[in-house]
Amino acid sequence: MTVTSLSVMSLTATSPTLSYPAVYTPTTPVGGVDTFLWVIFPYICLTVFVVGHLWRYRYDKFGWTTRSSQLYESRMLRLGSPLFHFGILFVLAGHVMGLGVPKSWTDFVGISEGMYHFMAVSIGTVAGVCTVAGMAILIYRRRTVGAVFSATTRMDKTMYVFLGTVIVLGLVNTLVANVFGEYDYRESVSVWFRGIFRFSLKPELMAAAPIGFKLHALAAFSLLALWPFTRLVHVFSAPLGYITRPYIVYRSRDDQLGSRAPRRGWEKIK
Amino acid sequence: MRLMAQMAMVMNLDKCIGCHTCSVTCKQAWTNRTGTEYVWFNNVETRPGQGYPRGYEDQEKWKGGWKLNRKGRLGLKGGGRLQSLGTIFFNPKMPAIGDYYEPWTYDYSTLTDAPAQQHTPVARPKSLITGKNINIAWSANWDDDLGGSIEHGHKDVMLKNIADKVKFEFEQTFMFYLPRICEHCLNPSCAASCPSGAIYKRAEDGIVLVDQDRCRGWRKCVSGCPYKKIYFNHKTGKAEKCTFCFPRIEVGLPTVCAETCVGRLRYIGLMLYDADKVLEAASTTDDHDLYEAQRSVFLDPNDPVVMREAEAAGIPRDWVLAAQRSPIWALINTFKVALPLHPEYRTMPMVWYIPPLSPVVDIVRDTGHDAEDGENLFAAIEALRIPIEYLAELFTAGDVAPVDAVLRRLAAMRSYMREINMGRPADESLAEAVGMTGVEIQDMFRLLAIAKYDERYVIPPAHAEQAHALEELATECSLDFDGGPGMGGSGPFGEGSGAPTPIAVENFQMLRERQTSDTVVESEDRQYRQGRTNLLNWDGRGTPEGLFPQNGNKIPGQPGSGSAGSAGSAGSAGSAGSAQDDSPEERQ
Ligand code: HEM
Ligand code: SF4
Ligand code: SF4
Repeated sequence: MTVTSLSVMSLTATSPTLSYPAVYTPTTPVGGVDTFLWVIFPYICLTVFVVGHLWRYRYDKFGWTTRSSQLYESRMLRLGSPLFHFGILFVLAGHVMGLGVPKSWTDFVGISEGMYHFMAVSIGTVAGVCTVAGMAILIYRRRTVGAVFSATTRMDKTMYVFLGTVIVLGLVNTLVANVFGEYDYRESVSVWFRGIFRFSLKPELMAAAPIGFKLHALAAFSLLALWPFTRLVHVFSAPLGYITRPYIVYRSRDDQLGSRAPRRGWEKIK
Repeated sequence: MRLMAQMAMVMNLDKCIGCHTCSVTCKQAWTNRTGTEYVWFNNVETRPGQGYPRGYEDQEKWKGGWKLNRKGRLGLKGGGRLQSLGTIFFNPKMPAIGDYYEPWTYDYSTLTDAPAQQHTPVARPKSLITGKNINIAWSANWDDDLGGSIEHGHKDVMLKNIADKVKFEFEQTFMFYLPRICEHCLNPSCAASCPSGAIYKRAEDGIVLVDQDRCRGWRKCVSGCPYKKIYFNHKTGKAEKCTFCFPRIEVGLPTVCAETCVGRLRYIGLMLYDADKVLEAASTTDDHDLYEAQRSVFLDPNDPVVMREAEAAGIPRDWVLAAQRSPIWALINTFKVALPLHPEYRTMPMVWYIPPLSPVVDIVRDTGHDAEDGENLFAAIEALRIPIEYLAELFTAGDVAPVDAVLRRLAAMRSYMREINMGRPADESLAEAVGMTGVEIQDMFRLLAIAKYDERYVIPPAHAEQAHALEELATECSLDFDGGPGMGGSGPFGEGSGAPTPIAVENFQMLRERQTSDTVVESEDRQYRQGRTNLLNWDGRGTPEGLFPQNGNKIPGQPGSGSAGSAGSAGSAGSAGSAQDDSPEERQ
């Protein structure tokens, strides 16, 4: 508890952005469960995420692949995969905007609340629907096409459960919060989220958030913890270097040592 | 000038009997694993025929290789970098398993477990992909020996440009075999289309390899290669290709396909070339000029200037000597009988072919004429437009002249040598008619007909300063990981994940000695190998220690555990080890 109250204090003392007591009520008691869910758990997940990737990269470069299933089936993949991927990439960009960029910044550049809202709802909904539709096609394909199904690992299934939960909850939140309700996550969830990375912890913001957002955030952090152990690692090798690389790669046999250092006594003479 | 050395191959198609030994031994060595059941790094096609995968030569459909854009600049036929990334989530030009074939096995246990019964039990074919029963409808050589060609022979892509189509009627047709491996191109479009940069050309010998640690399974190379010689391992999710048996080449041994070729028709040797001229040559405007353009990239290893450049480029002296003795140089340049396969793909392929004279000879013989007679053969080459146009579609982008010239040389050699063998005076006019001398013809005959092992394969071993790469356990074979050739089982993140497992490429020199000695000797590397056996270089003589598990050896673990632990066993690597039921540990 000390951690939180400390940060609340420091926030009160220093943060110039403390202009939204309407949403964040310091009087909301923050219990141990909330501290766990909105402080400890995110940090555990992020640690697993980072360490897991480092570990997997060292231990399992050979397993680091998309494990494409196009060879087995292409009719459904042709539709499902681009729909899902373009959708999710927009959704990710939306998250960077919504969670990463403080409201004061968008206000500063003169994006009005209404405009922001409109963009978020329209683009977000389209992207979200594409993602969900694409994912539905992908999952349907995984289950029904024999060859794809038999190439599906337990990790794939687990990953889809979490990914599906996160995406569906996210879409529901977008619809409910933006269309029906008037909950401004940018003044609560986003502040909490950024706080995690700035070590200024505000679990009480999440404790007061609607249940949909709570579940979405929890599922998302769980997915992050799962990430390094699934095929989702492919996201981190998105081949942007291809754009600038020369077409033909030459390598000397000596370079092929790859990740393995030469054995003792066999190092190359410099 | 940027002088580089390239390991290359020439195949003399007249001698191929279509026995598929090369394919089978290659498969045993490299692709006898789950995930690569459908993969044939070496395959033998009957032509005319559709090839494997079906119709792969139709680049308007598959968009493999390079093309010239409107400004005359060379670009990938499948589209530039951005276009490629834009279609990364689904590759619109990738062949599906059905274009290769769905691999299968038979349900043998119904035979072995069958009780005594009135009717013979039947082993049904089971798909190796889904495990379900399948009806076999295609395979890697379904149209072998023109089987079924009356129905689908006309689908051969190469017949598109031949007005007077080949008639698939028994008496009128011609046929020959085309064994294919990866071309180890000078300008490989597979490497150019790999978004991760995992496919590279080795600077020392030009062998094109896929770095299994860097491949991310974007599967763009599969569509990028016009020869469809990159395969997607559907279990490991990584691309794999013919390796030119580099662990063997590095110690001076020929590839497995060449070593085991029944017709002894494969030649392996070095070519020196100027890497700076490759792009220009590949950008030659007229498709017909590409054959000559590629020849102009090669450098004469006997030229003192070239020899000096080679030294400056750090190419060891024995490599230059090997380049001078190279049968490839002789066949491509001195005798000018070898032609590239599909130069119009502009990848500058480096496995060349001596086109077969046999379709012509057969027809002459069938008409009752003397098929050894120069006049008859020349006349037939003149008259038999269809086979020759067909060969030109394969080897010179449709230009008949070079094919014609090669066939005339082969015909001249045939009748020139006949005269000599019959004890008659040699007919020098035959040699002159094809612009050669009698001595040259006899040299060519020597190389084509009686060349021994060390003339067909002039392979300088890789160098001692790189010896650590060859040493037992330390090969940098990018395929020898769990799930790579010879590895079975799967790690925690799906097939083939886990730490690299070193392969035991045994001492190939030892093998060479064993192979060339007269007795079956127990090799001295026994304690060195610690009872492991690498079937990749087992020659079938004797029973190496470790071929079978020792009695009373406990068999630990499941093949599936697959992670770092299962290491040692790599002995079995390069080959059969992968059979799924063959726990690597068993071999210890
Ligand atoms: C950043 C760039 C990305 C690239 C270039 C990329 C590329 C790919 C490719 C090539 C495949 C294989 C498709 C196939 O042939 O079967 C794939 C599959 C997949 N990707 Fe991505 N991806 C990216 C980002 C993402 C993201 C952000 C996610 C989700 C958070 C994601 C989730 C998936 C999933 C779940 C599959 C499996 C689809 C199936 O069921 O077969 N990807 N991706
Ligand atoms: S033939 Fe071999 S080197 Fe050439 S593009 Fe295809 S895979 Fe690459
Ligand atoms: S082993 Fe030789 S003769 Fe037999 S199919 Fe292969 S290339 Fe032809």
